[in-house]
Amino acid sequence: MIAIPPPFDLLPTLWRGVGVTVQLTLFGSALAFGVALIIGFGRLSRFRLIRLLATVYMELFRGTTLLVQLFWAYFVLPHFGVEFTEMQIGVLVLGLNYGAYGSEIVRGSILAVPNTQIEAGIALNMSPWQIMRRIILPQALLMMLPPFGNLLIELLKGTALVSMITLADLTFQGTLMRVSTLRSLEIFSLVLIIYFLLAYPLTLALRLFERKMAEGRS
Amino acid sequence: MVRFHRVSKSFGDLEVLRDINLEIAPSEIVAIIGSSGSGKTTLVRMLMTLEKPTSGTIEVDGELLWHKKENGRLVPADEKHLRKVRSKVGMVFQQFNLFPHMKILRNVTEAPIHVLGLSREEAEQEAISMLEKVGLGDKLDAYPSQLSGGQQQRVAIARALVMHPKVMLFDEVTSALDPELVGEVLQVLKEIAAEGKTTMLIVTHEMDFAREVADRIVFIDGGRILEEGPPEQLFGNPRNQRTREFLSRFRRTI
Repeated sequence: MIAIPPPFDLLPTLWRGVGVTVQLTLFGSALAFGVALIIGFGRLSRFRLIRLLATVYMELFRGTTLLVQLFWAYFVLPHFGVEFTEMQIGVLVLGLNYGAYGSEIVRGSILAVPNTQIEAGIALNMSPWQIMRRIILPQALLMMLPPFGNLLIELLKGTALVSMITLADLTFQGTLMRVSTLRSLEIFSLVLIIYFLLAYPLTLALRLFERKMAEGRS
Repeated sequence: MVRFHRVSKSFGDLEVLRDINLEIAPSEIVAIIGSSGSGKTTLVRMLMTLEKPTSGTIEVDGELLWHKKENGRLVPADEKHLRKVRSKVGMVFQQFNLFPHMKILRNVTEAPIHVLGLSREEAEQEAISMLEKVGLGDKLDAYPSQLSGGQQQRVAIARALVMHPKVMLFDEVTSALDPELVGEVLQVLKEIAAEGKTTMLIVTHEMDFAREVADRIVFIDGGRILEEGPPEQLFGNPRNQRTREFLSRFRRTI
């Protein structure tokens, strides 16, 4: 076996955690996006009850800490006979939590489309649904992209908390190795760098996507 | 074609239109003039179903717009009824209100495809010939932001025309334009008027234009129709004192 010079000998073990972190980010953000749309639209509903429920949801998830939500799902839910894998809990809690933040982005962006656009749609006799789907949403989505990009990066970094419920992500592998090797400096420097290497391409990709979407518009 | 019967409109405590009675014949061209805040824009916005009258009724092509008859009684119209009657009306706005995320061609085909149910080919064919008519056949692939104000407004006119409304509303369509771009838009309006197929309601500050194309001028002041008549009479020999004041002030400022 070829010996890998330090600190890179740490990489194979850390690498195992990267897979979990990426998985959490992907599924967590997909769920968060779905939740954000549903709750965001719910907050704009014509019906008071739906508005109320959506607001309660948003305030509840924004107003309590992500870590305790994870603990709650991990330690308390089993008492009610609900059992998930650690990965499922991680995705669920991250998605529900960041979705609550995302719902404000959705709501704000939809409200930011000028009313005159709706009037133009009415003047063309479009249905309320067509106006939403063909006029408002495409414009709102463009406005959502930068704040959603931020939120995605936040979520990626937030995944580190799942190490507290023994999910073997990048942070978890790092802490595990610290205990066994005591090489804290190398381990946590590497972990930081890896997080950055995950986040930065995301930022770049989002910026590119945003530019593509905004083509022709000023 | 259009009939306002005792229509009033208030925003909160502010009464912007009071007891409006107005009838417009098929293919008649009516210009509505009056100072800002007189209520003339609100009048056409009610016809486009963008504002709901506080009282009174509006008929378009023999059908009530904001109401429908149920067992002989008038009840407020539902969305379905509104859409049915609204299909007879089209509108061009002061600020163009093109869809910024769509190219020019799609701005014009979107409603014919999704509201009228035309095929893409049919819709594009008609959109292209309509855009050529307003002199923009070479801008199909541009985005609205790449066009001048006058060009955007001509697209907006084409977009409204492909829906074949029986009544077209023009709400100060040249007010947001640089002076040198006003002419090209008025020219398009004149061409539509000359075809004589569409009933037109034109809210405008362009007095010379109104005088040239309109069959009738309606002067609104303080939420009421103070005077109406053929252009020669209303401009040449206004009966009402307020009309005279308005017109003379206008001549001075121009």
